Amino acid sequence: MTVNQRNILSVRDMDREEIDRLLSAAAEFDHGKGTGHELDGKILAVLFFEPSTRTRMSFSSAMMRLGGKILNLGSVEATSIAKGETLSDTIRVVSGYADAIVLRHPKEGAARLASEVASVPVINGGDGAGQHPSQTLLDLYTIRESMPLRNIDIGLQGDLRYGRTVHSLAFALSKYDNIRIHSIAPEGLDFPSSLKADLSELGVELICHDTIEECLPELDVLYVTRLQRERFPDPVAFDNYASTYRITPELLEAAKPNMIVLHPLPRVDEIDPRVDTLPCAKYFDQAHNGVPVRMAMLNEVMKQ
Amino acid sequence: MTKPEKTLVISPIQRGTVIDHITPGEGLTVINILGITRGTGVTVTVACNVESSRGGRKDLVKIADRELLKEEVDKIALVAPDATISIIRDYRVVDKKTVSVPQEIVGVITCPNPNCITNTKEPVPTRFAAQTRGFRCRYCDTVISLDKDIGNYI
Ligand SMILES: Nc1ncnc2c1ncn2[C@@H]1O[C@H](COP(=O)(O)OP(=O)(O)OP(=O)(O)O)[C@@H](O)[C@H]1O
Ligand SMILES: [Mg+2]
Ligand SMILES: [Zn+2]
Repeated sequence: MTVNQRNILSVRDMDREEIDRLLSAAAEFDHGKGTGHELDGKILAVLFFEPSTRTRMSFSSAMMRLGGKILNLGSVEATSIAKGETLSDTIRVVSGYADAIVLRHPKEGAARLASEVASVPVINGGDGAGQHPSQTLLDLYTIRESMPLRNIDIGLQGDLRYGRTVHSLAFALSKYDNIRIHSIAPEGLDFPSSLKADLSELGVELICHDTIEECLPELDVLYVTRLQRERFPDPVAFDNYASTYRITPELLEAAKPNMIVLHPLPRVDEIDPRVDTLPCAKYFDQAHNGVPVRMAMLNEVMKQ
Repeated sequence: MTKPEKTLVISPIQRGTVIDHITPGEGLTVINILGITRGTGVTVTVACNVESSRGGRKDLVKIADRELLKEEVDKIALVAPDATISIIRDYRVVDKKTVSVPQEIVGVITCPNPNCITNTKEPVPTRFAAQTRGFRCRYCDTVISLDKDIGNYI
């Protein structure tokens, strides 16, 4: 890693000032205050070693909106990776082709390793079950569009055990004042105990609930994640859970009038499509916010 | 020449390093951690399960003609927290130090997360940070908590 190389690898590494700065920059881009030429002449290498249409497209869109160009890895099968090249070697080589690298990789820690061998900035576009900072930043950004990032009761619902988006979000929120996290997870899919220990060390109040009804009236934000059938012990357990925990307009009648509903998408059945037209439904805004947030990240690591 | 311990089970060396008071059974692990086994041309002697003057038993490692630095040896504190490092010159102990677990442990612990990038063919040593709750992988954030026997991950 070269001196002063700016990487964005994990929200764990970032302090509140850095996060706030990125979110403010994202707001500027979102409100049309960018010139569209911030990264003229720059090239972004987009290295995705596993499929992710949305993250890839929104990083590409963000780069183009800043005036930069994209260099794609192409399909892994057709590259030297298929011939057994290490990630370290690929990154060293690609460092010479681009001004920054966005990496999506199936192994946890791949982005940090890449940043150590790269001679240009590395942005983590998601590594295995590990970190996905651009998702976390756009989640925070979407919340911040509706309310200041303090005094928030946030409900996290779904697979909290394996869901990396909620882990990173919980971490990021721990940096703000007076945040209470309400977890609503099926048995066996609650937060890992190591994460609970981390959060309590960071001074976050974490309250576990069996049903959403227990905490819904208190919530300012409800963050719903996708349930994966294969995480459940049997199909019956999944179907039972999925039907009781569906977010419907009827259920939402018990919520505060200003509560917002987020979901990292894609959703399956967790949110009734009838919710989509309610003012609380912010999950499509959240998806669109991926572009200005990623513009802010790209500009941060590549600006002069 | 100073007379070494009465119970000295290995021959005296003129110059080098003696690692004494190693937790019994960990002598070979210590050598592994130090990476001075194969292809290094260093003469190493291990004594296992010898009686200790401090009572009980211990392992002991003697390395001829090489003076190890404290930083090099500190990582053995993971398995042998009571070890002492004696530097021998001219058959005499000229310096003696204890060991303490370093802030960052490089290339010793294997990450228990099978999906960690360090468990692939990438040419990088593992790096764990010593924290209050345990040892944290620099790459995947997995924590080996203090209630686990770290020796199982070496
Ligand atoms: N010339 C030598 N060759 C090999 N080993 C030696 C030599 N001199 C000392 N040692 C060993 O180095 C270690 C430290 O020596 P020292 O004389 O300080 O022992 P000690 O008084 O028993 O100290 P401790 O309380 O640490 O056991 C002992 O294990 C001793 O046997
Ligand atoms: Mg002795
Ligand atoms: Zn690891």
